Amino acid sequence: MTVLFVNGAKMDLDVEPDTPLLWALRENAGLTGTKYGCGIGECGACTVHIDGQAVRSCTATVGDAAGRTITTIEGLAQKGALHRVQQAWIDFDVPQCGYCQSGMIMAVAALLAEKPQPTDEEIDAAIDNICRCGTFQQVREAIHAAAKA
Amino acid sequence: MSNSIDLGRRGFIIGAASLGGGLALGFDIPFDAEPASGEPLAAPEVNAWVVVKPDETVVIRIARSEMGQGALTGLAQLVAEELDCDWARVTTEYPTPAENAARHRVWGEYATGGSRSIRGSQDYVRKGGAAARQMLIEAAANEWKVPAAECRAEKGVISHPASGRSTTYGKVADVAAKRTPPTHVVLKDPRDWKIAGKGVKRLDTIDKTTGKMIYGVDVTLPGMFNAAIKACPVFDGKLQSYDESKIANFKGVKKVVRVGDDAVAVVADTWWRAKTALDALPIVWDEGPNAKASSAETAKWLAEGLNDSQPAVTGDEIGAARATIAKAPKTVEAVYSYPHQNQAAMEPLNATALYTPERCEVWTGTQNGEAALAAVAEASGLPLEKCDVHKVMLGGGFGRKGFTDYVTQAVLIAKALPGTPVKLLWAREEDMTQGKYHPVTQCKLTGAFDADNKLTALHMRISGQSILSSVRPQAVKNGVDPAVFQGLVSNGEAQIGYDVPNLLVEHAMRNPPVPPGWWRGVNINQNAIYLECFMDELAHAAGEDPVAFRRKLMAKRPKHSAVLDAVAERIGWNSPALDGVHRGVAAFMGYGSYVAAAAEISVPSADKIKIVRLVAATDPGYAVNPAQIERQVAGSFVYGLSALFFGAITMKDGRVEQMNFDSYDSMRLKDMPKVECITMPSGGFWGGVGEPTICVAAPAVLNAYFAATGKRIRSIPLKDANISFA
Ligand code: FES
Ligand code: FES
Repeated sequence: MTVLFVNGAKMDLDVEPDTPLLWALRENAGLTGTKYGCGIGECGACTVHIDGQAVRSCTATVGDAAGRTITTIEGLAQKGALHRVQQAWIDFDVPQCGYCQSGMIMAVAALLAEKPQPTDEEIDAAIDNICRCGTFQQVREAIHAAAKA
Repeated sequence: MSNSIDLGRRGFIIGAASLGGGLALGFDIPFDAEPASGEPLAAPEVNAWVVVKPDETVVIRIARSEMGQGALTGLAQLVAEELDCDWARVTTEYPTPAENAARHRVWGEYATGGSRSIRGSQDYVRKGGAAARQMLIEAAANEWKVPAAECRAEKGVISHPASGRSTTYGKVADVAAKRTPPTHVVLKDPRDWKIAGKGVKRLDTIDKTTGKMIYGVDVTLPGMFNAAIKACPVFDGKLQSYDESKIANFKGVKKVVRVGDDAVAVVADTWWRAKTALDALPIVWDEGPNAKASSAETAKWLAEGLNDSQPAVTGDEIGAARATIAKAPKTVEAVYSYPHQNQAAMEPLNATALYTPERCEVWTGTQNGEAALAAVAEASGLPLEKCDVHKVMLGGGFGRKGFTDYVTQAVLIAKALPGTPVKLLWAREEDMTQGKYHPVTQCKLTGAFDADNKLTALHMRISGQSILSSVRPQAVKNGVDPAVFQGLVSNGEAQIGYDVPNLLVEHAMRNPPVPPGWWRGVNINQNAIYLECFMDELAHAAGEDPVAFRRKLMAKRPKHSAVLDAVAERIGWNSPALDGVHRGVAAFMGYGSYVAAAAEISVPSADKIKIVRLVAATDPGYAVNPAQIERQVAGSFVYGLSALFFGAITMKDGRVEQMNFDSYDSMRLKDMPKVECITMPSGGFWGGVGEPTICVAAPAVLNAYFAATGKRIRSIPLKDANISFA
């Protein structure tokens, strides 16, 4: 049994400590909003927050995350109100297939927490998630809109 | 959106009450055809596009798959437009393929590819909406005892202006459902569209921002196990043996299953445990005849096929190109090549199957629900009526999810565990190496000029792989795969835009041992590079401006030249670019649509490209949702340019060398400028939008690279020439 603190809840999970956090979240905690795209830290589909930092959960283990505060896409909205990044994503109709967007949104939320008004260069440097549908121009617009919100 | 209609809710018109007192109706396809039996058209109660619930919610049924391309929203707009319902109250659902089969394919074609979702079903879905509207109006008119022609419908409200009466769709739906459907309806003129033709937001966005959207990979059923699989890494190889005892103690493992004759799966309580055990499982492969196959060998074999002495078939021939070239005072020749590429949708392939001896059901993201259903029946050994496929949202498809290999595997695994649902998920590595790849080809192009520098002949000789001969051999007649010539021939839905007096297009079919498949845009990707980069070479040889040179040859093809003009004007072709910025253009036709692109790039060093600006023009005839078309076009440019820079699947010792996104890279946000999209529907025809425009991005960039450096790159991807994004 491993104890994780996810989205404000304490979870006892039957999972080995060397299991990637991604799979513990998806399969043991039942939080399927966090997606598997590559499993090697390349694509960012699995991005979650650990202690507020954007982390690719496929390359973090359950052991790494134990005792720390984990937030997934399911926990981003607070008290029923969407996070401003989610709202911007809706306003700008960002998702196509949407599969990469949980990770994209989590990465952007972490960026804005650190840099409330990022420049295009800062966005370029921070957001390197893969989106095979190619939603980048809506992503950029929505980031700027969220920054202003 | 719900994923399927409850199978118990059949019996539509008579059983309207069972639909919650709603109206459900639709039409046979094709709408106008007399049914063979001679029965009146209105008879079948099994046709259903529209359901109006008493609370005024309108459920629109969608047969095609949604994989990010927005077809779900576009099709709903078309039905809603003719229905004149309230768009704010529209929801959608997918009828399952088994329901379609049981109702004699009332919902028509499920296959989602070839950019056909809108253009291939717009007529019958609009008629479905229009007929529903008419029945609803008639129901109200009948109750009011006034002529239906005096009534109006708007946003789901029916009114009779003369008497001042009004009611709503929801109130009369029940009565309307019992009426005889009209045999004839008049569709609106697209100029009068209020819902269609508008850039309304997608219907499926919110759940995609909260993590709630359920993709195939997220399907969870009570008591479900998870499976990881490995198929023989050499194509056409077989599974010889594996040593189960080595993973006997692995936690969570339930079963090891031989899948067909070429794969083995480990089933465990969780997928991570299944995958961990599979990675530790000793497997012996019988590598078969392709154990030594390599891309280098394929390239040599394809190059040989470019030689006129080798057999080839003709795709189009006008005049006498060979003779003209032989006598010409000036000729230009170049050889281009295009590699295998993987679709690499973000969501790896997966399917969840539940098998019992009585019934087999599958939940999966598929681009072809009906083919998936057939695969379920075949793999399960059960009759079609005892099978079903529940379509779920696709995390991208790009052509790969039109195949059903992964569905078959899931059913075979589930069959080994009757009564237990099993979710099969391919690791990214499996997805990368067990593909249905973009076909590999080379092309030799020869152009001839007369003494006045006028282009007199063009000969294109393609050597390489045919998709159809692998996936639909019956479509290949006399050795001709017509799709190979996409965009290069003078007729059909993908016509060459240039009138050259002597034209010869040939194909020497050479199929290497790598399974080919559809890949967004399919054959226009390489053909547009071949033709449009070569047109640039010809313009250069003639000493002419690349746009002016093309326009002269397009004199009789106004739709081709209109899109070219549009991008040239927007990019400012006739005025100089900024210092250090260079331009290229390309124009093409595919899927019934006319497309063009202009690119501005800078080349800070010979091995670095910065894309500064991209302009795209698309004439799809009609534009059902301009905002989504822009997204399709811009997104397809990311996909197409990723392929240009990084996209190569290569084989060595019979095995695919690329395993994951580290060796099969994809463009990132920083690499991509905004795409300035010009959507210019000229009316009178229905073209596609998901795929056509993709093909002009790469040649526009390559032509700009020549303008910048004087160097032609004729082999894709650019990473092979050590060129990357600046
Ligand atoms: S799944 Fe974690 S980075 Fe791709
Ligand atoms: S929206 Fe489909 S991969 Fe990003």
